[in-house]
Amino acid sequence: MSAVDATLDVEPTRSMQSARLPRLAPLIVLVATLALSALGALLLGWAWGTKWIAVPIVGVGLADIVLPLWSAVVENRRAAVDRLVTCLVWTALACALVPLAWVLAKTIIEGAPVINGSFLSENGVGHFDPVQLIKVGGHGVFHALVGTLVVTVCATIISVPVGLMCAIYLVEYARGKWLGRAVTVLVDVMTGIPSIVAGLFALSLFTVFFGNGTRLGIMGAVALSLLMIPTVVRASEEMMRLVPSDLREAAYALGVPKWRTIVKVVIPTAVGGLVTGVTLAVARVVGETAPLLVTVGALDNTNWNPFHDKMTTIPVLISNAQSTNSPDDLKTAWGAALLLILIVMILNLAARIIGKIFAPKTGR
Amino acid sequence: MTTPTLDPPAELRAKRFGLGDRVFSNLALLAGLTILVALAAVFVFLAIRGIPGLSADKSIYGPGSTNFWEYAGKALFGTCLSAVIAMIIAVPFSLGLALFISHYAPRRLAVPVAYVIDLLAAVPSVVFGLWGARTLAPALVPTQDWLNAHLGFIPLFGGTPYSAGRTMFVAAIVLAIMIIPITTAICREVFAQTPRLQEEAALALGATRWEMVRYAVFPHSRSGVVAGIMLGLGRAMGETMAVAMILSAGDPIVTFHLVTSENPQTIASNIAQKFYGDNTNIQSVLLATGLVLFLFTFLVNFTARALVARSERKLS
Repeated sequence: MSAVDATLDVEPTRSMQSARLPRLAPLIVLVATLALSALGALLLGWAWGTKWIAVPIVGVGLADIVLPLWSAVVENRRAAVDRLVTCLVWTALACALVPLAWVLAKTIIEGAPVINGSFLSENGVGHFDPVQLIKVGGHGVFHALVGTLVVTVCATIISVPVGLMCAIYLVEYARGKWLGRAVTVLVDVMTGIPSIVAGLFALSLFTVFFGNGTRLGIMGAVALSLLMIPTVVRASEEMMRLVPSDLREAAYALGVPKWRTIVKVVIPTAVGGLVTGVTLAVARVVGETAPLLVTVGALDNTNWNPFHDKMTTIPVLISNAQSTNSPDDLKTAWGAALLLILIVMILNLAARIIGKIFAPKTGR
Repeated sequence: MTTPTLDPPAELRAKRFGLGDRVFSNLALLAGLTILVALAAVFVFLAIRGIPGLSADKSIYGPGSTNFWEYAGKALFGTCLSAVIAMIIAVPFSLGLALFISHYAPRRLAVPVAYVIDLLAAVPSVVFGLWGARTLAPALVPTQDWLNAHLGFIPLFGGTPYSAGRTMFVAAIVLAIMIIPITTAICREVFAQTPRLQEEAALALGATRWEMVRYAVFPHSRSGVVAGIMLGLGRAMGETMAVAMILSAGDPIVTFHLVTSENPQTIASNIAQKFYGDNTNIQSVLLATGLVLFLFTFLVNFTARALVARSERKLS
């Protein structure tokens, strides 16, 4: 307090507030501790090996301690606690970004050199090279791309009508009925079904009717649609509830039947949101592995028919290639992983763009 | 809040538009019922194929267990162990991230950060598995050695560390990374629902930002946070590929050692690793464990949803 009192006659307003750290204090502390830890690393000699990663960790950790201490000295205990929590929150953010950046960077670095024309156009069979007398090729992903496309399209064809009609039921017909409430709860519960259980369900369903050892693309589609339907229902329900009831009432007033109102007024109004929701649902299931592992299996040939024989999908290809321990297969796995991430990201981006284009035309 | 819509007058409906409306509303009802039927079918068909596994001979599933319940119990132990450790790692980060997005971030940063965290949820689990097995596991070998050397007296880090690094410890970390987005998303929404007036009142009384969070935001969102944690737990229990790709195949065992080469299996990873070919004996056993997993996650999720519903009722 004495420092403040001394300046009292110069700046009287300062006495109204207690001492504060400078505005840039967090930045100053962070830079200082990072520099300190880099210096320490140089002195201790572990800066240039694989241990360089310790520099930011030590630096940030040190900053989390130093800033609250500085605050405790200059400000007060409560402010110090506040600064500590703020530091921890920012640290949590930094820590959470590390794995994301790491996964993406690693996949791009390992995967990008693998992806080329033959990687995309060959299937997993390979051919016998008469000159070298060995089997060559067989590291393509074309068959897996086809498998993923076929299974995902089938899953979409199953789940969109069911999901959409279910959402229509919930929004337009089920108001206050016990069945509507039950369906809402069960859709929530369905969201939490482990993906492998969905796969086991499809497997049991088909093997009960078609005999043991049945593995078909359509089984994977059934499993995926079990995971997709709740997402579609949730998204469509939310979108259709946003449609203003004025529009519906206007249609009723013109003598339009309820079902025509839904088909011609409610759905067109909400179509942007519906397409976005479906795209996000596709993006969610396209990377599912476990259900396809047990239902669709893997096949080196290209198979377009979901009702006959196994087919390989990209996630299953990654999982199988990873488990063989051969360096060539591992390369294929990274390449396919990059491809899968690209597909998911493009779907997510597409969903966002569609959402923007068809942005709410409500109220008019 | 949903705005109530008006139905057309009953006599109009009945007279002129009867057929189309009846067909359409019945179709919608059918779709709603499909959800009920689908969930029931999951249970019924898993039971049909899995029941024979309950009484399967113990030679089918290896020497480690004397009967099915012991086998399933050991796998369930692995499921719970990995999920709980993943939650212990993930919850502090999720709370921090959720607080950052809802209360701490500068306004320009909040939306992009929320988007980036959602991006984390979009990365397919098989990619996380590949990364965990091939990149994170080798990278964490020194960490695991260090934990074993210095904290080895804690059972969790005891035993002989695995030189390849593909252990339960790594699997739990990858699981934690995968559930952070889910828990964060729910916590963030719950935090953001705190009444603005209460927050401003706290600040006006001279509370620091942390005190405002501590005394206005946290009490308001306790049950929502618990629900978010339970949903993350359900997700961690059902997650398959990350665990299956990181741990090497083996029989489910009960051990608290996280950094050794003798790892417990989770139900899901156990199924994914052993479910191939046409050996129906082992498959029926695995299906029965799948049924156990289904019921268990159903219970966890149902409890979580009930908590969410209760907190929503309290708010409204």
